[in-house]
Amino acid sequence: MTAAVHPSQTGEPVFYLADEHPHPEGWSTSLGFWIYLMSDCLIFAILFATYGVLGGNYAAGPAPKDLFDLTLVAVNTSMLLLSSITYGFAMLTMQQNKVAQTQAWLAITGLFGAAFIGIELFEFAHMIHEGATPQRSAFLSAFFTLVGTHGLHVTCGLIWLVTLMVQVGKFGLIEANRRRLMCLSMFWHFLDVVWIGVFTFVYLLGVLR
Amino acid sequence: MSTDTHAAGAHDHHHEGGHAHSTFSGYMLGFVLSVVLTAIPFWLVMSGALPSKQITALVIMAFAIVQIVVHMVYFLHMNTTSENGWTMMALIFTIVMVVIALSGSLWVMSHLNSNMMPMHQMSGMK
Repeated sequence: MTAAVHPSQTGEPVFYLADEHPHPEGWSTSLGFWIYLMSDCLIFAILFATYGVLGGNYAAGPAPKDLFDLTLVAVNTSMLLLSSITYGFAMLTMQQNKVAQTQAWLAITGLFGAAFIGIELFEFAHMIHEGATPQRSAFLSAFFTLVGTHGLHVTCGLIWLVTLMVQVGKFGLIEANRRRLMCLSMFWHFLDVVWIGVFTFVYLLGVLR
Repeated sequence: MSTDTHAAGAHDHHHEGGHAHSTFSGYMLGFVLSVVLTAIPFWLVMSGALPSKQITALVIMAFAIVQIVVHMVYFLHMNTTSENGWTMMALIFTIVMVVIALSGSLWVMSHLNSNMMPMHQMSGMK
């Protein structure tokens, strides 16, 4: 110990490396993307809190019980859950370097995601047709903001998915594409986690209330 | 010099990243668990199997929390060691922030509601 702290006794100058080490490209991407997801999580937390505060203010308008069709929500939830597992299969086939199978699983994931968005838009259109617009009550403003933000995220995920399918089709499963597919995997599963909160706190507890 | 930087840079960043532990059985186990954990709350609410609404609400919230943990472990591959534990640190920080934001908002606003005089009572007092 004492020998180690007196290097100057030998007369040799001591240098400390203060510069950033060179890193391979993308080495910090997954941590950075995770921190982005956590910040996105805070956005959803605020929207959940808003819904929690305003969710009971119907302004003599329709209540969750009058509006929500739990069968439709169950179908929607299964679409998102199925898209999660098919994305998992895409990641597994990616690890085995099977380009065609990865593309096929990505396409199936995209179809399930599109089905989710389609059912959600159908639900929104039905509600708006019945006069349950975002302007109707504080409950509906908070509902459309929370569920709409989630739907917007899924839509962005779909655009990203198609972009990556084109990328993989053009360049194959190169290192950069693997990294991008891994980020989208985190994004997609994260949206499924948020949806657990939505169907529990908005739909199921709303119908119970 | 160059050997030093190489050794320092390579000490913990293997390129397997987050998908080193994703296996078919892991995904399938996560999927089956989440189907069960989704189906039971929907069934409880749609059939009204439990006698009181409070109990049903508590049970489905418990199912949601368990399902979120299942998704985190089996789909997002959360563990305490990836990225030297920094993903877990970020997650714990986020959970603390989310709990403060949610419980704080609900608590403050419910007190505000119960302590403020409702508007229709005020107009009735004129």
